[in-house]
Amino acid sequence: MFYREAGQFKTTYAADMAVFPILQDKIGIAVIVAAAVLLPFLGAAGIVSPQTQNFLLQVVAIPFLIFSLASIGLNLLTGYTGLLSLGTAGFMGVGAYACYKLTTYFPGVNIIVWVLASGFFAAGIGVVFGLPSLRIKGFYLAVATLAAQFFLQWCFIRIPWLYNENASGAIEVPQRTLLGVPVTGPTATAETRYFVVLAIVAGLTWIASNLVHGRIGRSWMAVRDMDIAAELMGIKLFDTKLLAFAVSSFYCGVAGALLVFLWYGGAEPEVFSINQSFLILFMVIIGGLGSLVGSYFGAALIYILPIVLRLLPESLGIPIGGATIEHLTFMIVGALIIFFLIVEPHGLARLWQIGKQKLRTWPFPY
Amino acid sequence: MSLRRIAIGAAAAALLGGTALTTVPAAAQETIYVPLLTYRTGPFAGSGIPIADGMHDYLRMLNERDGGIGGVKLAIEECETGYDTKKGVECYEATKGKNPVMYNPYSTGITLQLIPKAAVDKVPLLSMAYGLSASADGTVFPWIFNPPATYWDGASVFIRYVAEKEGGFNKLKGKKIGLLHLDAPYGKEPIPLLENLARQYEFELKLYPVPAQDMQNQGSVWLNVRRDRPDWIYLQGWGAMNPTAVKEAVKAGFPIGKLVGVWWAGGDDDARAGGPEAKGYKSLDFHAAGADFPVIKDIQKHVVDKGLSKYPKDKIGDNLYNRGVYNSMLIAEAIRNAQKVTGKKVVTGEEVRRGLETLNITEARLKELGMEGFAAPVRVSCEDHNGHHKVYVAEWDGTKWTKSTDWIEPMKDKVRPLIEAAAKDYAAKNTGWPKRTETCDRPS
Repeated sequence: MFYREAGQFKTTYAADMAVFPILQDKIGIAVIVAAAVLLPFLGAAGIVSPQTQNFLLQVVAIPFLIFSLASIGLNLLTGYTGLLSLGTAGFMGVGAYACYKLTTYFPGVNIIVWVLASGFFAAGIGVVFGLPSLRIKGFYLAVATLAAQFFLQWCFIRIPWLYNENASGAIEVPQRTLLGVPVTGPTATAETRYFVVLAIVAGLTWIASNLVHGRIGRSWMAVRDMDIAAELMGIKLFDTKLLAFAVSSFYCGVAGALLVFLWYGGAEPEVFSINQSFLILFMVIIGGLGSLVGSYFGAALIYILPIVLRLLPESLGIPIGGATIEHLTFMIVGALIIFFLIVEPHGLARLWQIGKQKLRTWPFPY
Repeated sequence: MSLRRIAIGAAAAALLGGTALTTVPAAAQETIYVPLLTYRTGPFAGSGIPIADGMHDYLRMLNERDGGIGGVKLAIEECETGYDTKKGVECYEATKGKNPVMYNPYSTGITLQLIPKAAVDKVPLLSMAYGLSASADGTVFPWIFNPPATYWDGASVFIRYVAEKEGGFNKLKGKKIGLLHLDAPYGKEPIPLLENLARQYEFELKLYPVPAQDMQNQGSVWLNVRRDRPDWIYLQGWGAMNPTAVKEAVKAGFPIGKLVGVWWAGGDDDARAGGPEAKGYKSLDFHAAGADFPVIKDIQKHVVDKGLSKYPKDKIGDNLYNRGVYNSMLIAEAIRNAQKVTGKKVVTGEEVRRGLETLNITEARLKELGMEGFAAPVRVSCEDHNGHHKVYVAEWDGTKWTKSTDWIEPMKDKVRPLIEAAAKDYAAKNTGWPKRTETCDRPS
């Protein structure tokens, strides 16, 4: 009834090709962006307590955005180009360690510059480990990228230069400021961190959206759907696949740097273990392969849902021990994952699409 | 079809609706809030459960027996971390609004995350004999405490013990001493100290790193052990690595009496895994095992017999359970001390920090606590947040841990310079690390 494009005429090709061709979608995205920007002001407005506000930003919003960014990175590679990778955490680690080394060597340069620059280091490493993708495919490639994961994690543990020979073997984030306001380090407020993360993630999502809707994205999808056909049409497999690895690793690297600098505030090599890779792969699969909005859905389901489930019994006043909640959470999240995959094997993004389609014909479906 | 639609709708509604319910209830002011970050799930639950129950049961016993500390009840809340840094930090954020007096992170990863936050949020951190060794320097880390001993103290006690068994420090010359360690920051921590001592006493240090993913697959490492034939092995392991190491030592024919673990390698299940041949396996310890102490009897009477404990009755007094009790004793004594220093009943995190800095648990005080012979006296000062206290070597007799040596003094003169250098290094690398501004209370 309300979600209908009747009366909206497209008079140019550009309007027809727009990412959000329908006015309602544009309003929707504007509302989401406005909500995201206004989220840190809930506390000041007295809607939630400052504690809850802090919790919302520090535990829910910032990690969610960072995981979404990493999922987008992996989705560009696995969802759009069809190259299965298990090295995500390794590439995230490259970003984090690169950022750490850069900011210790050049402490005067703005940290946000280094967060973005560290993506290029991850991209370089990603290209190197992407080389086998020219020869091997599918599950075999997954195993090859697993090598990247183990090798990189080995480096994080074994090369003291990477963590500046710290006795603890971990990297600790120094305080850095932006226009005099601390952005990283313990004194940075959750609000500042959130805005920095939001700006970077939103900006990179916009770039990713343009990439996948343009020539590059189309060549990636052509390679994914049938690489021989793509080659016959004149797409260079070598360049396309390596570009996919580079861009994907760039996103993962930035996500890794954000994870350590704006969320954790310090990290052991254990953070970038194979489990992290799996986590992000699951986000991509459940969210929807080859969908940017799906990356957000996947991150929300896998990361935010357990938090909500953990808080639910307490807020409803049901006394359950912490460990029991944890076990229950595991079971419920696992069951939900299976449920969603059975109902819609193409992920939450596809569910979203179906929902929108239904909404268009509501209340008179034909 | 309609059922399916309802199911999808319900799932989606649960997803969206749940997010609105993230309110954290405020804590009542009449209690002292002690959050316990524990891990009863995940890969390390085997050691996490006894520690969690020990910590909980001691504090609960204080509530039941004495009505709390100084007449104020303790509000004990467990938050499950699963030994996962992400969840640990989530627990911290979820509980820090309820005026916690202290955090016990119980994971090196979580400790490292919380160290910078402690000073900002004004809540002290007690990482009992784990975490960052450098945090023993109170001039750099006013909010972090890690009594009673650091890993460097542990390694130095091991060398002292070996020297004693071999007949003096001059007999160490030419001996081969192995370090079987987890290939992670935690496992590698004793290396600098052992290297120092190896130079001084001219023994040969052999390193046997075990990668985290191969904790239960140590075959290749033990091939190297067979080749090198070290005289002694120090085990700095964690979780599934320890029972595997004990099993492998038995299999490789390594004299089990010469395998000495750090205190985190001293779980009952770690030793039990080796079967009857594991008899004689040793580990360092800073508290006693067993239930023959008045304090444990009190826990049995006031908590276990009332059905308030989750721990199996017959296992009360396990080594790691007692470690939880010991940890809670430090928490309780710090709170009591804070009450004494400030003269207030309900204390805050800032005041408990002062309580920790003036902590002085004497032999007499231990006796009052029903812990005579259970632990060695502990003393913390403003400069020294660790104390570098004595530990002893426990021996597995096939069914339980027994005390095989007297309390052994660590080589504080060797450890302290390393701590101070590491602390200085930490502060230098973290630009903006605050200088200590907290005043120092002299113990009365």
